[in-house]
Amino acid sequence: MTARRSWRERLEFIDRRWLFLILAFAIVLPLVVDLPLPLYVSPMVQDLYDAIEDLPDGSTVLISADYDPSGKPELEPFHLALIHQLAEKKVKMVMYSLWPAATPITEAVLAEAGLTTDYGYRKDVDYVLLGYKEGQQIAMRSIQKSLKGTFPVDRDGTPSNEIPLLQHYDTYTDFAMLINVSAGSPGVKEYVQNVQSITGVPMVAACTAVSGPDYVPYYKAGQLLGLAAGMKGAAEYEKLVGRPGLAMAGMSAQSASHILLIAFIVFGNVMYFLARRSGGAR
Amino acid sequence: MKRAVPWLLTFVAGALMINDFFVPHRTHAAITQELQQWGLIVVAFTYVLGMANVFDLHFKKIRRGSSEALYSIVLVGSMLGMAALGIFHDHQGEHSPFIWLYNTVYDPLSATMFALLAFFITSAAYRAFRARSTEAVLLLSAAILVMLGQVPVGAAIWGPDSFLGGFPGLKDWIMDVPNLAGKRAILMGAALGAISTGIRVILGLERAHLGGGK
Amino acid sequence: MDALQLWISTALTLCILSFLWKDNPLYKLAEHLFVGISAGYYIALAWQETIRPNLVEEVARGNWIRLGAAILGVLMFTRFVPKISWLSRWPLAFVVGMYAGINVIAFASGDLILQLQSTMVDVVHDGWTAVSNVILVIGLATSLIYFYFSKEQKGALGVVSRIGIFFLMISFGASFGYTVMSRMSLAIGRTRELMVSPATTGILLLAVAVFLFVWGRRQRSTGEGA
Repeated sequence: MTARRSWRERLEFIDRRWLFLILAFAIVLPLVVDLPLPLYVSPMVQDLYDAIEDLPDGSTVLISADYDPSGKPELEPFHLALIHQLAEKKVKMVMYSLWPAATPITEAVLAEAGLTTDYGYRKDVDYVLLGYKEGQQIAMRSIQKSLKGTFPVDRDGTPSNEIPLLQHYDTYTDFAMLINVSAGSPGVKEYVQNVQSITGVPMVAACTAVSGPDYVPYYKAGQLLGLAAGMKGAAEYEKLVGRPGLAMAGMSAQSASHILLIAFIVFGNVMYFLARRSGGAR
Repeated sequence: MKRAVPWLLTFVAGALMINDFFVPHRTHAAITQELQQWGLIVVAFTYVLGMANVFDLHFKKIRRGSSEALYSIVLVGSMLGMAALGIFHDHQGEHSPFIWLYNTVYDPLSATMFALLAFFITSAAYRAFRARSTEAVLLLSAAILVMLGQVPVGAAIWGPDSFLGGFPGLKDWIMDVPNLAGKRAILMGAALGAISTGIRVILGLERAHLGGGK
Repeated sequence: MDALQLWISTALTLCILSFLWKDNPLYKLAEHLFVGISAGYYIALAWQETIRPNLVEEVARGNWIRLGAAILGVLMFTRFVPKISWLSRWPLAFVVGMYAGINVIAFASGDLILQLQSTMVDVVHDGWTAVSNVILVIGLATSLIYFYFSKEQKGALGVVSRIGIFFLMISFGASFGYTVMSRMSLAIGRTRELMVSPATTGILLLAVAVFLFVWGRRQRSTGEGA
């Protein structure tokens, strides 16, 4: 029969399902009772917003949306605010994806932003949705040769050669900017390596928070003019665009869950040091 | 044929992609453009190959009638059903059953599968992140400061208008200086590795992808 | 989202989340459904948006050269025929060569030259920025030395590489901090979906809990009986 555990040991070896339950509360409560907290805009996101704001009205940008449903909470709010900022400037958009599951999300974002209904954008004249292309970096390099060659038809099956907006746009440098909304590979890293560094096209990006620190070198080297990382980056961007959305609404839950996690790390370490002092360190 | 052709294909494809950067000639560009089209088509075929492999594996399980056969039936059935709907029916549009299944089944399953990680990282934070050494202390301190700088509650405790820019200012500094130094070193180190591996593959010195050196 | 969609997506979300209690048949069912549906989705997209427009329709338009891609693609399936399975290496060799060539240029231009160039920073003027720049240069140099494995890292080299490790640890800490935000975002996203209809979620949560209870009891009784 095992000896009775001390309270410290019981806490240290607590069933992890209790931890799960505490986290669930830390997420649910702030979503029910929202706490207004100050939102600080970081220079990376400010630069991203400014770079888009500096685009001449009526110019045309290329948007590669490369994420799937698992990246939606982090990237969809940015994507939506992006469409608003571009549409308010009457910027024309050519959109595609190198991730198979991204196009239905783009379609939903365009509908929610009211691109055709509220902003009056016309399909194939003011915006084009080319759909998905396989091949990752190979597709990126192929677009550098010819966008219309890589996408012979758009999402609906219209031949690219017959799309009015694409008459004068066929390679990255024809566009005023490349915008990448990315949840991983192929995404920001591959675009910087294969496109931006080689063609010099101005580029901004939004990525998941997990990739954020990895892409800071690209932002600091000027390869990215701006970067929005994760839900926080999206919230800052929503604030700048003046369209508070799901990212800003999620900041209280982020605050609570982050504080909980820090508390767990500190508490876990206190237990560890207490165990070491009593000679039971592992 | 068994050894020379694969090596030649690797060499020609790789060399053309490298030359593409240096040679702006129209004919060369036309050739690489066509080969890139071949590349993305061949990559698309790998999905079909993947399906064939998954089908093969699970069909064997179903035939054996193992206790897991029901799961295999669900997997094979949903895979074939979804593929058939997308290929023989409309793969886009609001009213397409394919998109309905994407929204109703794929979307929640994919998102929830990754949402589980939030719970496991919490459990790991409680049990595994111990300040056992100077390195671990640095890692944990940076992590805690970055977390506090990231969320609005951090700015509410120690705001950007305070000394050193508060938690947000400190986070920005960590990201822009020590993090940048570390990440840039990793980028450069990995780049050197990727370049040398790429050249070795093209020259046929590295043949692991062709089933070893023989 | 219609009612049927809501019930199905909520049920599937809860089936996956039931893994947090323990591995169970509901989770396994949802997991296999996920793999099947996503594989089916990818294949349909590969056909509809790549193979059909870039291969089939191109060949139909008279671009016969494109048939080369079809031949390479079909050769992949020779791996199921043992006698000629060696032919499946041809398309693989072609694609690997292509990626290798692309990567050589990509890494050299994107990650090496420009990163090195942008580390040529002012370490003299501009007060606090200069101090930060000095720290950046020291951090980069020492971290790179840590990756130098051709000489045993002892003595002065050992000290310098240990400083490099410190910088790398801080950068891993920063990555961890950001990773937490990513993971929490996903949980927040799912929680929001579950809060769309608390009644639906409540009923289905109860159903899942009852299933887990009954299944757990059956597991225990068969375990004791064995």
